[in-house]
Amino acid sequence: MKTITRANLAEAIYAQVGLSRNESAALLETVLERMSAALASGESVKISAFGSFIVRQKGKRVGRNPKTGVEVPILPRKVLSFRPSQVLKARLNPGQSFGPDDDA
Amino acid sequence: MTRSELIAQLAASNQHLRQPDVELIVSTIFDEITEALARGDRVELRGFGAFSIKKRDPRTGRNPRTGTAVEVSAKAVPYFKPGKELRERVNGGPLQAPARKPRAPSPVG
Repeated sequence: MKTITRANLAEAIYAQVGLSRNESAALLETVLERMSAALASGESVKISAFGSFIVRQKGKRVGRNPKTGVEVPILPRKVLSFRPSQVLKARLNPGQSFGPDDDA
Repeated sequence: MTRSELIAQLAASNQHLRQPDVELIVSTIFDEITEALARGDRVELRGFGAFSIKKRDPRTGRNPRTGTAVEVSAKAVPYFKPGKELRERVNGGPLQAPARKPRAPSPVG
């Protein structure tokens, strides 16, 4: 199993679009930054044929330190979750059927 | 934000690029991630997050309406783990020292 990084994605943009390597890397960064900024403002990001990044608000609950058993309040917080599209799920499981692409 | 809004933002801040090129840049990014996952690779974008696949074993499921048993075959599901930096930004600042902006003073009176 390999690990793909920014460098690989920038190289793909360079190869596909024909921009310089520097500009390809900068554009990749811009894309990630625009997505991050939208998510930071609480907005979901829906990429059709890929998936949706959704910001969820979690309520306050009582947690427990598993080692000591001491109760600690877990404050309300926002978490990010990713919901893959049917297209992406189908691509990872060739030959299996997935439902209609209802949500991104 | 949708894919087309992302493309529009990118085009607006890069006016020297042609629209089809901007579209190609965005689709190349998501296609590369998809292809990497399809090969079983992992995609790690520091500060943003990491995409990986999780294997699910075959199991016997049930049709919730009829109750009949159905074989569900093994499958791979994509998983995204947000990076520390993005997690903190979404939650409104670093977790250790909540750097929340003080609220604007409410008008008195």
